[in-house]
Amino acid sequence: MTTVSSASPAFTGRDPDNRLYGPLPDVQAESGYADDHPARVGFFTDTSVCIGCKACEVACKEWNSLPMDDSHGVRDKIGLSGMSYDNTGMLSANTWRHVAFIEQSRAVDLPMPTHRRPGDDRQDTGLPADPITNGQADSLVTAQTSVLNAEALSEYDPQTGQSGADKQIRWLMSSDVCKHCTHAGCLDVCPTGALFRTEFGTVVVQGDICNGCGYCVPACPYGVIDQRKDDGRVFKCTLCYDRLTDGLMPACATACPTESIQFGNLDELQARADARLETLKGQGVETARLYGRDENDGVGGAGAFFLLLDEPEVYGLPPDPVVTTRDLPSMWRAAAAGAALIVGAVASAFVGRRR
Amino acid sequence: MAECHPVGFQWVSEAKARGAKIVHIDPRFTRTSAIADLHVPLRVGSDIAFLGGLIKYVLDNDLWFKEYVLAYTNAAALVNEDFVDAEDLDGLFSGYDPETRHYDEATWQYEPQEEPHSGSDDPAKAAEQKQSEQDPAVRSADRAQAAGSGGPPIPAKPRRDETLQDPRTVFQILTRHYARYTPEMVAEVCGIEPEVFEQVARWVTANSGRDRTTAWVYSVGWTQHSVGAQYIRTASILQTLLGNIGRPGGGIMALRGHASIQGSTDVPTLFNLLPGYLPMPHANQHQTLDEYVADAAGKAGFWGNKRAYTVSLLKAWWGDAAQPVNDFCFDYVPKINGDHSSYRSVADMIEGKVHGYFLVGENPAVGHPNSRMNRFGLANLDWLVVRDLQMIESATFWKQAPEIETGELAPETIGSEVFFMPAASHVEKEGTFTQTQRMLQWRHKAIEPPQDARSDLWFYFHLGRILRQKLAHSTDPRDRPLLDLTWDYPTHGPSMEPSAGAVLQEINGFGPDGKPLSTYMQMKDDGSTSGGTWIYCGVYADGVNQAARRKPQREQGPVALEWGWAWPMNRRLLYNRASADPSGRPWSERKKYVWWDDEAGKWTGVDVPDFEAQKRPDYVPPDGAKAQDAIAGTDPFIMQGDGKAWLFAPSGLVDGPLPTHYEPAESPVQNAFYKQQSNPALEQIQGPWNRGNPPRSEIYPFAVTTYRLTEHHTAGAMSRTLPYLAELQPEFFVEVSPELARLRGLTHGEFATLVSARTAIEAKVLVTERIRPIRLRDGTVVHQIGLPYHWAYAGISTGDSANDLLGVVLDPNTHIQESKAATCDIQPGPRPRGPALLEFVESYRRRAGVESGKVGVNGRAPVEDSTGAQETGS
Amino acid sequence: MKTWLDSWPVFRQLTGADPLGRGVAARSKATENLVSHTADADRVVQSVCPYCAVGCGQRVFVKDEKVVQIEGDPDSPISRGRLCPKGSASKQLVTSSTRVTTVKYRRPYATEWEDLDLDTAMDMIADRVLDARRKGWQVEDKGKRVNRTMGIASLGGATLDNEENYLMKKLYSAMGAIQIENQARI
Repeated sequence: MTTVSSASPAFTGRDPDNRLYGPLPDVQAESGYADDHPARVGFFTDTSVCIGCKACEVACKEWNSLPMDDSHGVRDKIGLSGMSYDNTGMLSANTWRHVAFIEQSRAVDLPMPTHRRPGDDRQDTGLPADPITNGQADSLVTAQTSVLNAEALSEYDPQTGQSGADKQIRWLMSSDVCKHCTHAGCLDVCPTGALFRTEFGTVVVQGDICNGCGYCVPACPYGVIDQRKDDGRVFKCTLCYDRLTDGLMPACATACPTESIQFGNLDELQARADARLETLKGQGVETARLYGRDENDGVGGAGAFFLLLDEPEVYGLPPDPVVTTRDLPSMWRAAAAGAALIVGAVASAFVGRRR
Repeated sequence: MAECHPVGFQWVSEAKARGAKIVHIDPRFTRTSAIADLHVPLRVGSDIAFLGGLIKYVLDNDLWFKEYVLAYTNAAALVNEDFVDAEDLDGLFSGYDPETRHYDEATWQYEPQEEPHSGSDDPAKAAEQKQSEQDPAVRSADRAQAAGSGGPPIPAKPRRDETLQDPRTVFQILTRHYARYTPEMVAEVCGIEPEVFEQVARWVTANSGRDRTTAWVYSVGWTQHSVGAQYIRTASILQTLLGNIGRPGGGIMALRGHASIQGSTDVPTLFNLLPGYLPMPHANQHQTLDEYVADAAGKAGFWGNKRAYTVSLLKAWWGDAAQPVNDFCFDYVPKINGDHSSYRSVADMIEGKVHGYFLVGENPAVGHPNSRMNRFGLANLDWLVVRDLQMIESATFWKQAPEIETGELAPETIGSEVFFMPAASHVEKEGTFTQTQRMLQWRHKAIEPPQDARSDLWFYFHLGRILRQKLAHSTDPRDRPLLDLTWDYPTHGPSMEPSAGAVLQEINGFGPDGKPLSTYMQMKDDGSTSGGTWIYCGVYADGVNQAARRKPQREQGPVALEWGWAWPMNRRLLYNRASADPSGRPWSERKKYVWWDDEAGKWTGVDVPDFEAQKRPDYVPPDGAKAQDAIAGTDPFIMQGDGKAWLFAPSGLVDGPLPTHYEPAESPVQNAFYKQQSNPALEQIQGPWNRGNPPRSEIYPFAVTTYRLTEHHTAGAMSRTLPYLAELQPEFFVEVSPELARLRGLTHGEFATLVSARTAIEAKVLVTERIRPIRLRDGTVVHQIGLPYHWAYAGISTGDSANDLLGVVLDPNTHIQESKAATCDIQPGPRPRGPALLEFVESYRRRAGVESGKVGVNGRAPVEDSTGAQETGS
Repeated sequence: MKTWLDSWPVFRQLTGADPLGRGVAARSKATENLVSHTADADRVVQSVCPYCAVGCGQRVFVKDEKVVQIEGDPDSPISRGRLCPKGSASKQLVTSSTRVTTVKYRRPYATEWEDLDLDTAMDMIADRVLDARRKGWQVEDKGKRVNRTMGIASLGGATLDNEENYLMKKLYSAMGAIQIENQARI
């Protein structure tokens, strides 16, 4: 027996609970899955143990048969990016796991005869052009300088406190992925129903539905979802939906040698992440923080969240992402009010004419 | 380790999470450094100074494990009174002959207990044997490895001073030898802060002793030096002093770089070894089986059974033809009489002395230092067989080598006939790999290889079959070894693939009843048993392929004895009797591993004891005991001729009984310890294609080291050809410090040219503070350059080859090249092209006072310039 | 009860528990039929990674006599199911489009490859082995009996199986070739 449900907010614009923003205890139920749906799953990526091996990138590409691409996401192209050991650049339609490499350094007084790095004979003023920039401004150069983040340097705190005078540089590595947001802008704006929420609470593109309109691309606050130019459709991490249906872990988490990428039930991962953060804080790693863990954040918390050792910007992550559809209900209301006003004005005009 | 063995690194990650301190000692700041508690960026080639400093720290601060050292090492042994240390001869030990550049070990020996007692039934023969080992031809043929894992023979039991006070005890010699390795000296030579050194010293010593152990892990970063074997010796001395050998969480672990590189050493395709570390017979020493096994007669330990192992091998190879009357066909084994190692053979190829060459999954035109020299070798063959998955550079050199562009090579001058034979991949054949912890794991076959692709097992089996067919009617005695060979392996499938299982069974060996042997203790010297590789005996114990065992890790303990099979005898931790004290009790509850169970009357524990199971800890060998019977119940090092760990090596190393710091052959730095700049015994290969950069040259002023990246595999055939790996490291690059970039005007992301006396190559510049210059006490700055060596012209990801830049200078013990430390110049911009490149490199050589590197046709000596194409390649 | 209407997402959205059309209502036919490409593999074979010497366990999934996936073997006490980027890429090693699977032959002084039949190649190689063996044969060297040939050299990679190395050393020794080397020296 089929009954028409209570008036859909899609039609009324009325959503008293604002289902598009804030914490949601059960995203799957919200998407119509019955009470016996599986637990919400996700990734906890602990960058403090990432060794930047890129097994996740390769395992992902192997499983999902993705084409190779360069640091600009250009399909079937390769090239040295100059951004440390990162040559795939960013998450794109062809790269669904991406490992960022961030080289940081700070000037420290060495207990050596010199206070500078040996061989650094620069004067305090009038120093020659830094070889990294060398007065050029192409994208490669910009990329390299941007990882030497000034704010990060001022907050620099070696991972393990006791490393002595030598630890004047650190190399951060972090495997980025689609966040599978509680409130997924891409999903909310998709007009065709190509994007959908799975019974596991993840967000997946259905290739047989997507028509390549691309609305979702600017809707993602992280810049994750991306269109494949030759194909037209959009692609992103599925959290290996096909593997999940088969009882397997996602390919990246399966491969990850150091358990930097942990897959599991989201609530368990959150508890594990909280404990890990506490451990690191206890070890004096003051800059450690969780990212995407807080369900009161702009996307209602992420299904794939991170432990970072520095500001999110250092890793190329937005500091305070907000689902782009947060204000949709109020916009709907405003639009409806506006529409009513217009209708009223038009009607009154007719009324007036009649008069 | 995170860089090159990421999955193995999970155990380091786990240890760190449980509180272990991780120290990464490497000139290069790698992915491992990023996770370590401390990175020690020592200067390339200075490891002995660093480790020597730790030894001194341990001795000075009385931090050595006294009971362990006294009972299990040769610390108390007295050394010959004629021994003179390198400290007293400005860098040379006693016995050096500057003419031959060889050492005579006579003065390094122990002082005998009484009158010289060889232990041999035939003292005259053993003495003669000993004498012949000092023959330069024998020494250059690798006496070090020829002694096998058993260590060289000990001619006499040493006199001992248990108080360690006698100045001639090993302990006192050691103390004097490392007296100058102070933290300040370490700082000076290694270019690190004394505080950093002391931090490492504190951590290492605080984590050693009864309750704790420290492990050292190395890779070819240690072996690829002109003093490579001595690097590892230094670590051995340190670990032995600290009691970290044979105990859980201790040891010195070689992280090897290829799937079965351990197996390739155990079952060697190496010129100087027969299977199981039996030496190849030497023409000057081993004309008969008796002569061949004579050294074993005087040996305690399991090498005392060398005759049984050898006869079993000969029976496996020649079956019924091998009989006592014909010395079990010992004469069929060809004899060596010098260095026949890879680089020497390549030099011979250039001179036209070698006619045919097989390359089996190996790409020397990229992967071997001085690849240019290797390519010249290939260009002067009659024929070359290349077996690989992809069309590698070693197969296409005749039309695409960089020397084609310079005009030094041309297809029209290269007479080498080339056969490219497609190989089967790892899933298209079955067989065993031996991984880095000596564990054999059987791979099941998943699918058939495509088209003409075949396993190497197929290739060699059928090549042998055809050769035997062709010679079937020969009466020439030189063909008997081929015709008498046991070569009747069962085959299966349409391609007639030989049975790898049958080969593994032959390796394991059979008893008189025709059943597989279960232990090498069953091997006999009377010809009643066979066995192709004695150390692998037991892999088919009970007729079961033990290497194929795959009991899931969740269903067994951490030692996982039922996963695969490790030699010897499935023992996972070597010399593990040392995990118990002399009386057989664990040193501590925390580090309990193998111990003596008095009630049961045997050794027991979580691993298979690496000791005779029922030999009591209080066993004292009777006079005249032999082989394992001569090993006391308190001697854990059962493969050593005296059962002891050696702090001082009275024999076995051709370049000194103690490791001492020498600079690499190419170094921008003067040796701070001695007038002797580099290893006095290092091995060189002369030729216009292998010129060396002079030490401390202003023309080649920078130190350079080569290394791997996580994303690629050695010479690149297995990674540069795969899209998902190629995109991750798409181009050849060079890593330099900001300081060097500034000094030379190098621009991040642009090309730079690197120059050595061999050639010049270009690479994209990656400026990074992960590379650190070193400032010496006199103010000089040593700049270091890092080069990953995976690239060449073929595949998806391409570039020049780092190995072209390197020369070949060899560790005299192992004939392994010094590819971890060299010098070069670096300049901005791409390298010259075509013949201009030759002139560019030659101009550098001229300025540096290096002999000309110009070569003639196909890389031959320039005097042969006038010979025509017809004469080449023969 | 399923009706034809159920295949219409808007109907599902309006009538089901997913009024926003972001979950159950949006599921496509392909999604409903989704299975992983290892689920219907014909067999799974236990193997070992061919790259470095850690010796990670691999599971090789085969369908229609083709390798469809290689991933870590969780049973392995060495690797516990994990693989590095190279191990994760090892399916490409098998299926690579640039892999050469037929014999190629280059004549002396030639500028191009030719094709050659496998049996012919084997026979030609055997002839050349015998010739080089003869040319480089030494009964004695420096007055000592050596019974060997200096005409043949070999260099093996360290991804050779133990069984392969064993047959190589055995055959080479029997033919008298001693310049037999391996990556293990490098």
